[in-house]
Amino acid sequence: MKLQEYRSKEILARHGVPLQAGQIAHTPEQARVAAKELGGRVVVKAQVLAGGRGKAGGVKVAADPDEAEKHARQILGMEIKGATVRTVLVAPAVEIAHEYYLAMILDRAAKAITVIASAEGGVEIEETAEATPDAILRLPLHPLIGLQEHEVRRVGYFLELPGELRKPFGSVITGLYRAFVESDADLAEINPLAVTADGSLLALDAKIVLDESGLYRHPDLESLRDLDEEEPSEIAARDAGINFIKLDGTIGCMVNGAGLAMTTMDLVKLAGGEPANFLDIGGGAKADRVAAAFRIILDDPNVKAILVNIFGGITRGDEVAHGIVEARATLSRQVPMVVRIVGTNAEEAQPILAQASLITADSLDDAAALAVAAAAGSAA
Amino acid sequence: MSILVDRRTRLVVQGITGREGEFHSRAMLEYGTNVVAGVTPGKGGLRVLDDRVPVFNTVAEAFAETGVNAACIFVPAPFAPDAILEAAGAGIPLVLCITEGIPALEMVRVDHVLRDAGARLIGPNCPGATTVGEAKVGIIPGNIHRSGPVGLVSRSGTLTYEVVQALTDAELGQTTCVGIGGDPIVGSSFVEILELFNQDPQTEAIVMIGEIGGDEEEKAAAFIAAEVRKPMAAFIAGRTAPPGRRMGHAGAIISGGAGTAESKRAALEAAGVRVADSPSQIPRLLREAGVR
Repeated sequence: MKLQEYRSKEILARHGVPLQAGQIAHTPEQARVAAKELGGRVVVKAQVLAGGRGKAGGVKVAADPDEAEKHARQILGMEIKGATVRTVLVAPAVEIAHEYYLAMILDRAAKAITVIASAEGGVEIEETAEATPDAILRLPLHPLIGLQEHEVRRVGYFLELPGELRKPFGSVITGLYRAFVESDADLAEINPLAVTADGSLLALDAKIVLDESGLYRHPDLESLRDLDEEEPSEIAARDAGINFIKLDGTIGCMVNGAGLAMTTMDLVKLAGGEPANFLDIGGGAKADRVAAAFRIILDDPNVKAILVNIFGGITRGDEVAHGIVEARATLSRQVPMVVRIVGTNAEEAQPILAQASLITADSLDDAAALAVAAAAGSAA
Repeated sequence: MSILVDRRTRLVVQGITGREGEFHSRAMLEYGTNVVAGVTPGKGGLRVLDDRVPVFNTVAEAFAETGVNAACIFVPAPFAPDAILEAAGAGIPLVLCITEGIPALEMVRVDHVLRDAGARLIGPNCPGATTVGEAKVGIIPGNIHRSGPVGLVSRSGTLTYEVVQALTDAELGQTTCVGIGGDPIVGSSFVEILELFNQDPQTEAIVMIGEIGGDEEEKAAAFIAAEVRKPMAAFIAGRTAPPGRRMGHAGAIISGGAGTAESKRAALEAAGVRVADSPSQIPRLLREAGVR
């Protein structure tokens, strides 16, 4: 779960990271008030989850409240990579002397939280990695004891920090580490970490991505989710306990298991069709969840056929079959359905499907081909 | 021979009195697995599954009373890391964790402790392991297998069953089928399981099922190129997945150009692995490699 800049900064501030805070505004008038309260020059920054806000014209410096209002009027409502700007952050503008990059990620390969640091901040770390890989330090932390003092020093020397910045840098990196651990993050990034003209260290931009699996123990963080930037169907799916991602094709897919769901999409494509979604109904799916999955798939007007592919392990085939038949009766729109159920309790599922006269298939290749044909037929 | 589990496996199921734990313990018993104990704190003294399996309050008790040598975990996510540590702490050398939804930072710590203790962890968020005709530990349906020379390792759950079914339908039997789990941090890697298959004399060919995200498949390719002389086939799920989106499995996310199905396919092919477009092609690829 990605957090907006101002939310990420709230979390970092709680852990003592010095940063350029500011105030959020949803209207140009609010931006004017914020600029007036802050005083002096301010920067008005679009709050969207996509990168490249500056290049898109979503970050502008204003000399006074009038200009802040004018910029906010331009930026609010702007589309940046498909997301509409609904919020801006109005923050004091700072004179930047130097920009560093500092982040922590959950490193799958090292199986550790890894510090990533570079003296070349202010640009995307991927660009630095491409152009000058030696300019980046990757430092995996011990799984049990975490960030140690000597590691803080090591990162500081790598960045060639001037002596007077070593101590404030210690607060930044330990605060970043605590924020990462205590919020179950996947990524916590400060870019740039700026040295200002008056010699202080400030996090000018921040990005935190949370581990969805950790959210159950942080109910306060769940409320920071930005629902405005999500597909309504994806929100409905999450509420129903379903993994769903909307795509652009015509064949709705309902599958149990993420790997099989991706494979089903791949085979729809191989059969000449386009998947309308990724959908994993999860383990042990009951009739009500299956019904919810159908409603979510059919909410997409592009869907011309549905392919159901269930291989029973935890999920029991007969439960899914009941769910399909029950759900079908309640649907406002009917499209052809190709159903393939194999594995645990698959035999018990067959008479239920037969009675409801659904198109069935034994192999996944056949099921994908039938679904593609059915979609073409119902589109014509 | 086979890997990980077999007739000598004496299994304790943690969370045996839960709905899924009981359902799958029954299926494991029916398959012939030696399920010799269950653990649910507060239910010690009970006997479950038609009186066949004693329940203990702690894994240590189950270990002392029944001599278990493998643990299978069906405990809900908030309690599963503790359950894994309890199993390893009691001296059990092999722990298979089926539970999904465990925070990744918990697994960073748990994985480290298990390696330190010399215990092998499979999962979490995995379907377990089955040695055909001997022992099924986890949730892989028992009726899809056939005995034979192919070892299978996969990052997925249900996709594993799909491939096993395709092998069985083509009369290509299996030695052991292992799901290592789809989470960002899992106990055993592809390489560690490939090492076991490579050393197992009964396993004559190996199938690997990967998916987008991470670099486990690329590391496996490097290991295969250096060490594996047995014929191999593979499938990589997620060719059509859009970049930057998490496809259910926490691990299945493509960022930038890394971790794509294409890069994994290229790495595996360069290592001499035959890579399929559909799971149904795997049997043919194995036959072409000379597997009987």
